[in-house]
Amino acid sequence: MILVYLEVREGKVKKSSLEALSEGERRAKDMKTEVNAVLVGDNLESLASVAFPYGTSKVYLVQNSIFSQYSAESYSQALVGLIEEIKPDVLFFSASAMGKDLAPRVAAKLGVSLASDCTKTATRDGKLEVTRPIFAGKALATIAFSSKPCLATLRPNVFPLTEPGSEQGEVIKKEVAMTDEQIKGKAVDVIREEGAELDVTEAEIVVSGGRGMKGPENYDLLRELTDVLPQSAVGASRSAVDAGWVDHQHQVGQTGKTVSPNLYLAFGISGAIQHLAGMSSSKCIVAVNKDPEAPIFKVADYGIVGDLFQVIPHLKEELKKILKE
Amino acid sequence: MKICVFVKRVPDTESKIRINQENNTVVEEGLNFVLSPYDEYAVEEALRLREAKGGQVVVVSVGPEEALVILKKCLAMGADEAVLIKDDEPEAYDGLRISKIIALAVTKKFTDFDLLLFGKQAVGTDNSQVPAMVAELLNLPQVNVVTKLEIEGNTGSALREIEGALEKYEFSLPAVISAQKGLNEPRYETLKGIMAAKKKEIPVLTPKDLDLGEEELKPNLKIVKMESPPPREAGKIIEGEPAEAAQKLVELLRNEAKII
Repeated sequence: MILVYLEVREGKVKKSSLEALSEGERRAKDMKTEVNAVLVGDNLESLASVAFPYGTSKVYLVQNSIFSQYSAESYSQALVGLIEEIKPDVLFFSASAMGKDLAPRVAAKLGVSLASDCTKTATRDGKLEVTRPIFAGKALATIAFSSKPCLATLRPNVFPLTEPGSEQGEVIKKEVAMTDEQIKGKAVDVIREEGAELDVTEAEIVVSGGRGMKGPENYDLLRELTDVLPQSAVGASRSAVDAGWVDHQHQVGQTGKTVSPNLYLAFGISGAIQHLAGMSSSKCIVAVNKDPEAPIFKVADYGIVGDLFQVIPHLKEELKKILKE
Repeated sequence: MKICVFVKRVPDTESKIRINQENNTVVEEGLNFVLSPYDEYAVEEALRLREAKGGQVVVVSVGPEEALVILKKCLAMGADEAVLIKDDEPEAYDGLRISKIIALAVTKKFTDFDLLLFGKQAVGTDNSQVPAMVAELLNLPQVNVVTKLEIEGNTGSALREIEGALEKYEFSLPAVISAQKGLNEPRYETLKGIMAAKKKEIPVLTPKDLDLGEEELKPNLKIVKMESPPPREAGKIIEGEPAEAAQKLVELLRNEAKII
C-alpha cells in the first residue's frame, strides 16, 4: 500500500501534496495496490474528502489539539505511529518546506533511508525506483531502496494532478496521546510579508532578473509583470541577491532554489552554470539579454537580444491584451 | 556555550559535473572542492555566538582525508577545534548513513554541547536530510533553514524560511539548527587565523573508533543509474524592434508553446 502525507497549511491541503498523491495513485496502479492518505492536525474532518477525487481509498486523520502548532517532533511521532500500524510499502511527502523538515525525522525514527526531492518515480519488477536531481540538476540519480518502507519526497510543480474522480472513500480517525511537555521545539507563528507573493518553487511562472536589472528599484518592473501573469513569482540570480537588490528567498540556482515552472522568464541573466542548474528543468524558458553570446540563450526556447528596459513595457501590454481575451 | 558545527567538503558551485557511467559516480578529477556554502553560515553563526556568550566551537567533518582542507579553513575562520571522522566510502546519497555516524560521534565524543549546527543542505547531494535525522536520533528539537537565531539561557528562538513566509520557532537547548543563506555574512580567514590554524592538530577518528559495524555503515539506497540531464536545445531568437519582438513572443507563448 502507498501512503501519502497531505500537508495542511492555513486550513487547506497544499497543492503539492495533491501532486504527490496523484503520483502515489499512478504507482499504486503499477503495484496493484491502493493509495491512502494521511493528514495530521486538529479539526481535520472537513478536509478529508479533498483526497478522494485523486483515487484515495482511505484517508487517515491523526488528530490532537497539540498539532495546531507544527513540530517535526510531534508530527513524526504521529506518522510513525500510523505507519507501524498500517505498514505501507511506500510513503510519499511533497518536498515542500514542511516535507523536507518532517520526512527525514520520520525516516530516522523508522530507521529507513529517504530519497529527497524526486522528480520521477517508477516501478521496476514491482519495486519503487525514484530519480532525483543532484548538484541542483547538473546530474540525475536513479535510486532503488533496500530498506522498507520506501520514503521519498517529491518536488512540487513536477508531477501532474490526476483528473478528479470519485468523491467516495473511507475516513479513519486516529487519536494520539501526546502532551506539550514532550515537545522541545515548535512553530509558534508565521510571519508573512505584507502582500507576499507566491514562492518561486510553487509558481507556475517565474519572472526572474539578474545583474542586467541594474538596481533594486527596477525589480518593480518584474513585479508589474507578475501582477499581469497568473500564478507567478519574482525570481533572481545570485549576483542580484548578493548585491542586496532582492531578498535571498527569491534566488534561483545552486545556492538558491531549484524551480521547474511552466514558464521561466529570464531578464538580464547571463546564465552562469550555477543558475542554469536551478532552472533548466523549466518547461519553457524565455531569455531577454543585451549580449547575444550570453549562455542563457543556449537553454532558452525563445530569446530576444535587446534591452530589457525597452522590452518589458511592451511585453506587459501584450500580455495584458492577450490575457484579457 | 559549546557548539558543534558539522561541515562537508563538496565541489564548488561553478563545477561542471561529469559522470562515470560504469560505476554511477561523479568524476572527481578536475573538480575544485570547497567548504559547502551553507556550512559557512553555520560556522559563522557559531563563531558569533561564542563571541557574544563565550564557550567553544568544535567543527566536525565526515569524509575522506582531503576534508582536512576545509577543517583547516574553519580553524582559520576562528573555530577552536576540528575533528575529522574519516569515511572513505563513496558518496551514497544516503543521509541516514551519515546521520548515524554523526549521532554516535556526538554521544561518544562531543557530549555537553548546547547546539549542533549544520548547513541546510550539502551542495551536491542536495538532500537536506542529515540535520533532522541527527535531531531525531539524539531526541533533540530541530529548526531547519534558519535565517535568524537567538539564544537566551537554555532556550532559543529562530526564524525558518517556508514558502513565501517565515516561521517563528521556540525551542529548548540542546538543539539542532540548520543554516540558510541570509543568516549572516561569513567572515574571511585572517592571516593570523591561517597561521594559528596551521599549528593546530586535527584529530582523525574512524567509524571503528565509534564502534560502528560494517552492517550499520551500509547504505540503504542504491544508485542504479546516474546520467546527465537531457540537453536543452537552443530555441528561436526573436528578431525585431522591442515592440515587435514582445508581440511575437507573446504570440509564440500562446500559440506554439501553449503556456499562456
